[in-house]
Amino acid sequence: MSAAGHVPSLGPTEAQLTGRPDPASRRSGWSGYLLLLPGGLWLLLFFVVPTVTLMATSLYDPAGSLQTGYAMTGHWQNYVEALGDYAPQFVRSLVYALLATVACIVLGFPLAYAIAFKAGRWKNLMLVAVIAPFFTSFLVRTLSWQYILGDNEALVGFLRSIHVLAPDGYLLATPFAVVTGLTYNFLPFMVLPLYASLEKLDPRLIEAGADLYASPVTTFRTVTLPLAMPGLVAGTLLTFIPSAGDYINSELLGNPRTRMIGNEIQDLFGAGDYPTAASLSVTLMAAIVVLVFVYVRRAGTEELL
Amino acid sequence: MGGDLTLTSVTKRFGAFTAVDDLDLRVPEGSFFALLGPSGCGKTTTLRMVAGLDEPTTGTVLLGDTDITRLKPYKRPVNTVFQSYALFPHLTVADNVAFGLKRRGRRKIDDEVAEMLALVELQQLAKRRPGQLSGGQQQRVALARALINQPEVLLLDEPLGALDLKLRRQMQIELKRIQTEVGLTFVHVTHDQEEAMTMADTVAVMNEGRIEQLGPPEELYESPATTFVANFLGQSNLVAGSVTGTSGDLVHVEVHGARVFAGRSRSRVTEGDVWAGVRPEKVYLAGPGEEAADEVNSLRGGVVSDVSFVGVSTQYLVRMAWDQELTVFEQNTGARKRFRPGDQVDLHWRPEHTFLLDATQDAAAGVEREPV
Repeated sequence: MSAAGHVPSLGPTEAQLTGRPDPASRRSGWSGYLLLLPGGLWLLLFFVVPTVTLMATSLYDPAGSLQTGYAMTGHWQNYVEALGDYAPQFVRSLVYALLATVACIVLGFPLAYAIAFKAGRWKNLMLVAVIAPFFTSFLVRTLSWQYILGDNEALVGFLRSIHVLAPDGYLLATPFAVVTGLTYNFLPFMVLPLYASLEKLDPRLIEAGADLYASPVTTFRTVTLPLAMPGLVAGTLLTFIPSAGDYINSELLGNPRTRMIGNEIQDLFGAGDYPTAASLSVTLMAAIVVLVFVYVRRAGTEELL
Repeated sequence: MGGDLTLTSVTKRFGAFTAVDDLDLRVPEGSFFALLGPSGCGKTTTLRMVAGLDEPTTGTVLLGDTDITRLKPYKRPVNTVFQSYALFPHLTVADNVAFGLKRRGRRKIDDEVAEMLALVELQQLAKRRPGQLSGGQQQRVALARALINQPEVLLLDEPLGALDLKLRRQMQIELKRIQTEVGLTFVHVTHDQEEAMTMADTVAVMNEGRIEQLGPPEELYESPATTFVANFLGQSNLVAGSVTGTSGDLVHVEVHGARVFAGRSRSRVTEGDVWAGVRPEKVYLAGPGEEAADEVNSLRGGVVSDVSFVGVSTQYLVRMAWDQELTVFEQNTGARKRFRPGDQVDLHWRPEHTFLLDATQDAAAGVEREPV
């Protein structure tokens, strides 16, 4: 599912501009298919086959095991059991992912806006700063949050001293820490597409808004935001989807009561309960696809004025 | 509000650069006013200060009796047609046009929008997006989007710059028609002197942040106040001379050994060194030594160095004995003799077509322009 396909295109296509059919579509032959072949094979091998396998596994008889093998019995009760047992983790995953995505928008939109319009000659440096964390491993960066949020570290000490935290209050091993970790890890995936959208926005449009009786807030709502929508949608998807399936942040920054669906799936695979793990995975995938589909449809067609 | 637009000693600096320098300007209500000048002369900055998009460093902007110098752009009864149109790409043509009215909380505006689209002949394209329109159509949407708000002042920032010549001519006539129809004050910024003269009642020629001269197009053309205006508005032949005396309405000027006369009303200086100027189309050519009528200015001993035939007229370059090339436009009426390169010629023109300018100015000021 591509985000771009559902967002209204803002300009005419090449064919609309020239009034001619795209020359490539007239050129019959095999070159197009040949070019599709490597990517197509890759997708077949590493996407279609695994997905089908996963779906099949989710319907295996849970009585089997890795050693004895599984029997395909169309055991749909796997889903009922999985949803019954893991509903809280499901809800928690979606809530954490939602909170992290909202936090990414709140932090990322002003940042992307500043880089696009206000950074001047610092623009490239700021972009590098957004990407720079990727030079360090995801795990190491998440582990370092254990230190930042640690009970005996400066941040907690400071928050205790100004009575934001109780004298025995803490941050690590809380839902807050998990959402903070998710937000931190996925923020660049929000900032970059937002920046790409805002960068293309002609600042004269904002002036035109002001010229046509729109206050700065109204101009933002009626001009800037709609034109940043493609970036916002892409950023939301790139943040929400991996957040919902993430288990590292909960593992390293959370506690047993912050476990997300990713943690359960990982444990079940580890314990050899493939059918249940697979049915959870398929359910998560389906839930995300439905949510994303609804979101993109709404973002694309909603009358924003 | 309503009334004249008045700028009083307005200065705008960007860092060390002074874009607009102590500018005084009065635009009468209901007039079509053109700010004409080369790029970088401060005309667009002036416009932006009227729109509220830039704030003057010093000075005041009045609309009628109301001081709008520090008023936010969205609170001013002023609308702009931007150079690049700045149409909202995510909105349809109709929604673009309706934008201003909606922001002011107006309801039931469909009829008004339809009426405005009819005025600019875009009814059939109401549902299109700006990206699907041609340059001329986009320009008309931008105009409609500003006009529908019935602003006290409509600002046009080089609105025709992106159009090809034929379309530009058409839009010039269209704009003039609309202005007459709606009776609003138009302030039109352009670097195209022909456009300014065709459309505006009053033209202000700007250069380096200042107004060089302001007046009706005919007055600026026939009686330029500075060498910049003489060269930027049309073309001029400027010949160095010095005043030798006056008689009645005439000023006598010695020009490279010849005596020419100038009307006193067109003489910015009446003593000392001057630039004696005459427009190329006011000059006619004659064979060497041919007697001219009485009281005609004559510069003799030229050699035709270049002839270009441009249909309605023929443009001659004539090299004079003092090695200056003068330009002469002769109408192709068929009654006039044609000259060829190398021919000896004399130049004649009537004294009242001469203007005198202060010789301390650069004779080449404002020449860089090629007809666009």
